[in-house]
Amino acid sequence: MKLRFLIPLVVFVVMVGFLGKGLLLDPSEVPSPLIDKPAPQFTLSELHNPGAKFASESMKGQVWLLNVWASWCVSCRQEHPVLVELARQHIVPIYGLNYKDTRPEAAQWLRERGNPYDASAFDNDGRVGMDYGVYGVPETYVIDKKGIIRYKQIGPISPSVLRDQILPLVQRLQQGSPT
Amino acid sequence: MIPEIGHFSLILALAMAMVQAVVPLIGAAKGNENWMRMARPVAQGQFLFVATAFACLTYAFITSDFSVLYVAEHSNTELPLQYRVGAVWGGHEGSMLLWVLMLTGWTMAVSVLSRKLADDLIARVIGVLGLVSTGFLFFILLTSNPFIRLMPAALEGRDLNPLLQDPGLVFHPPMLYMGYVGFSVAFAFAIAALLGGRLDAAWARWSRPWTLVAWMFLTMGIAMGSIWAYYELGWGGWWFWDPVENASFMPWLAGTALIHSLAVTEKRGSFKNWTVLLAIIAFSLSLLGTFLVRSGVLTSVHAFATDPTRGVFILILLVIVTGGSMALYAWRAPKVGLGGRFALVSRESFLLANNVLLLVAAATVLLGTLYPLIIDALGMGKISVGPPYFSVVFVPVMTPLVFLMGVGAMARWKEASLPDLAVRLRWAFAVALISAVIVPFLMGEWYPLVSMGLLLSFWVFATIFVGVRRRVRRNQEIGRPGFSGMTRSYVGMQLAHAGVGAFIVGVTLVNGYQVEKDVRMNVGDTTEVAGYTFRFDGVAQTKGPNYTATQGYIQVIKDGADLMVLHPQKRNYNVQTMPMTEAAIDTGLTRDLYASLGEPVSGGAWSVRIYYKPFIDWIWGGCFIMALGGGLAMSDRRYRLASRRKAEKPSGATHAAGALATEGGRA
Amino acid sequence: MRRFLFVLIAAWAVCGTVAVAKEAAPMIRDPEIAGRMAHLTQKLRCLVCQGQSVADSGSDFSNDIRREVEKLMEEGKSDQEVIGFLVQRYGDFILFEPPVKSTTAPLWIGPFVLMALGGAVLVIVLAKRAKRPVEELSPEQVAAAERLLNDLEKEGKDS
Repeated sequence: MKLRFLIPLVVFVVMVGFLGKGLLLDPSEVPSPLIDKPAPQFTLSELHNPGAKFASESMKGQVWLLNVWASWCVSCRQEHPVLVELARQHIVPIYGLNYKDTRPEAAQWLRERGNPYDASAFDNDGRVGMDYGVYGVPETYVIDKKGIIRYKQIGPISPSVLRDQILPLVQRLQQGSPT
Repeated sequence: MIPEIGHFSLILALAMAMVQAVVPLIGAAKGNENWMRMARPVAQGQFLFVATAFACLTYAFITSDFSVLYVAEHSNTELPLQYRVGAVWGGHEGSMLLWVLMLTGWTMAVSVLSRKLADDLIARVIGVLGLVSTGFLFFILLTSNPFIRLMPAALEGRDLNPLLQDPGLVFHPPMLYMGYVGFSVAFAFAIAALLGGRLDAAWARWSRPWTLVAWMFLTMGIAMGSIWAYYELGWGGWWFWDPVENASFMPWLAGTALIHSLAVTEKRGSFKNWTVLLAIIAFSLSLLGTFLVRSGVLTSVHAFATDPTRGVFILILLVIVTGGSMALYAWRAPKVGLGGRFALVSRESFLLANNVLLLVAAATVLLGTLYPLIIDALGMGKISVGPPYFSVVFVPVMTPLVFLMGVGAMARWKEASLPDLAVRLRWAFAVALISAVIVPFLMGEWYPLVSMGLLLSFWVFATIFVGVRRRVRRNQEIGRPGFSGMTRSYVGMQLAHAGVGAFIVGVTLVNGYQVEKDVRMNVGDTTEVAGYTFRFDGVAQTKGPNYTATQGYIQVIKDGADLMVLHPQKRNYNVQTMPMTEAAIDTGLTRDLYASLGEPVSGGAWSVRIYYKPFIDWIWGGCFIMALGGGLAMSDRRYRLASRRKAEKPSGATHAAGALATEGGRA
Repeated sequence: MRRFLFVLIAAWAVCGTVAVAKEAAPMIRDPEIAGRMAHLTQKLRCLVCQGQSVADSGSDFSNDIRREVEKLMEEGKSDQEVIGFLVQRYGDFILFEPPVKSTTAPLWIGPFVLMALGGAVLVIVLAKRAKRPVEELSPEQVAAAERLLNDLEKEGKDS
């Protein structure tokens, strides 16, 4: 058998390998280039208190979650109970970034569903969201004591993602080991 | 009851497909004639049952039977009848059923139209088609059954995706699938020839008309999809190098290579191995397209709702069909002879160059389409590969191809003389070059790329003219009418090549001279685009059968005279409440005027996008001319003669005769 | 005609005031920026719409990106700087034209390598072919062929 007649088969086998691997991947998920980079700094007014400022700078020294949410966002409703439950356990502070929303609607939404956030920054025009590369709400960032983004969850946090990925990471970061 | 009949028919069709796949192939291997003869009736029976299933699903759609899950998910009582019929293939399950209907339809056609074919050959061809069909019927019944009931029945359907509510849905998928699936026949012929060890000119002659028909449908199907995207998506583009479009384009490129290579194998007995490989590749790329569109490994505008188990299933099918046939190829192809001798400069060589370039083009599209997946699979990040990439790498591959097209069609079989070709073509080249330099000036502005594109298309037209004129002269010299002796095959080839020229004219001019304006229009505002004045006369609410729309009124004025009113719409469909932009287009031979409504801006004004697109319809016109050429070539009388003659002669003789005939004279 | 009049009246009514005809304002005031934007946004992927470009899509995401690009351009940023701004936030995924770097080298070089390879194989194969002796036919084959050719003549020669 001449080897050159095997070339098509070999090419095909390699391609199938990639296609098979591809089935396990999600093509629409965009990994953030901000992972392991400093979180963009911002100062915004607070949702409930337009007079007060929320500055990301002031979060240095603790591990925290930044959750991007909006009252118009459908999958935020699915995620919300998970966050409320997490907040009740006081493991890690959760801060909200209220994205392209209005104050009355956002406040109403939290009144109805419970407020898991230590505070929510009010990002009316979505500028801060853009700095974080937000493209689908909800999104959640895990930020370490030095203000470095360590993890990004795109889409709602499910109880399993929280248990298997976010919480172990938070614990490691809180104990001080960087990875 | 009716859906159960459909479901049951599908199961029976699967049973028949399994018989069709097993019995004739074993019969052919063992030389058992009775077993071989089962092929035809079983194939016809299978078609009958698949058609019944398809009819049942159509019936469920027409009667809005929302107790069928698939119908409830893709239809609605308000949906107009023609779209309810189109909705049968508007989703994954139904379109798979259409796929199989096409496959069994082609098999049926083979079984009916090949009465004179040797029993073992036809048994193998139909058996291979049965194998493919078995795989896909399993796929439908196990993962994508359109007849699954919904208990309790839905009161109302969720409606068809508004993007699909368009005449394009009724025509485009059936055409495309006819083409895609049609390559299965060439594939089956190739596998049958490898199995039977008879790979000769007769085999090529048999495969060729089938391949031409499939190619013709695929060409039209792709063109229709492009037209549909052009007016329905509201972006004014006609090709987006989207993975799904690429999935249909790759088999087209391989299929185009195949019809050329079949010509050589038929007339000269050469390239046999290569032709077989191309037949396998063309159909494999069709299957790959099915996988890419339905598995969810790539993101696309047109993709179906996806499900990983389906992906796994199609991948397994792909491995069996393509992997199996390529293994068979590696095993059997080395024993195949090389065929007729030819010189370095000859039509054979040009056609082989054509094949290489077309395959490089197909490989380029494949590389660009799969590269994001490869990078992701290797964990090297995530990238996008889109139109800018393809336009950069595709043009350098296509340019020599088009240039060679003009030369190759003129060259003689077996041995051509390069100086002779140069002499004959120098006028064509001079005319093309001069026109290409001048015409852009006439269009208003000179761009090198436009000139380059026009050079190619004028070159195509000029070489066709020179070729036809030479034939006419030769006829006149021997006292025959000028156009006598031109076979449909020859005219078809020249026509298809002219279609390529027209296509290039369209692409070049629309890229070079398209004008786009994005304006904010108050009522009464005007804007001028390429000599046309567009006046915005406001909007009004209108109602369609299942949507409400805001319709704009845009008066087009040329030289002070009212020309027409364009009615672009923003539609809101009642059920899916999805806003849809419906562009208004005035089509013309030399230009399209294209208007689409954007968003309302403050104070009753609207953002309006207006395009002037010169010669854009030549793009699709060119495609339809290509398809027409293919159809003409397919109807050539020698294919009808061949089918009559073949029965009595052993195929070795045809091969020898072919070799002799071409040794002796020129074909 | 009557229907048209009605429509016109309806149209005026919907839009309220009857404005005096004037030249419509472009959506982007600066024509130079408009041109650059049209070019650049074609090359950006709308991340939420599965395969459309930012220029073609009407999604919120694309509207935001367009607004941001326009703003950056008005601030005097070059196309490269704008691209850098976006890549920093969304990664290379947002570019339809992947940047040339080590991981994308096969993508960019691939087609040309294939073409060169194809060309080389083509020349080798053709040169080998041209040197090959003519295939000999057995006497029986020749006889069979001649019979067939005679039939052909009878039925009319084609092509």
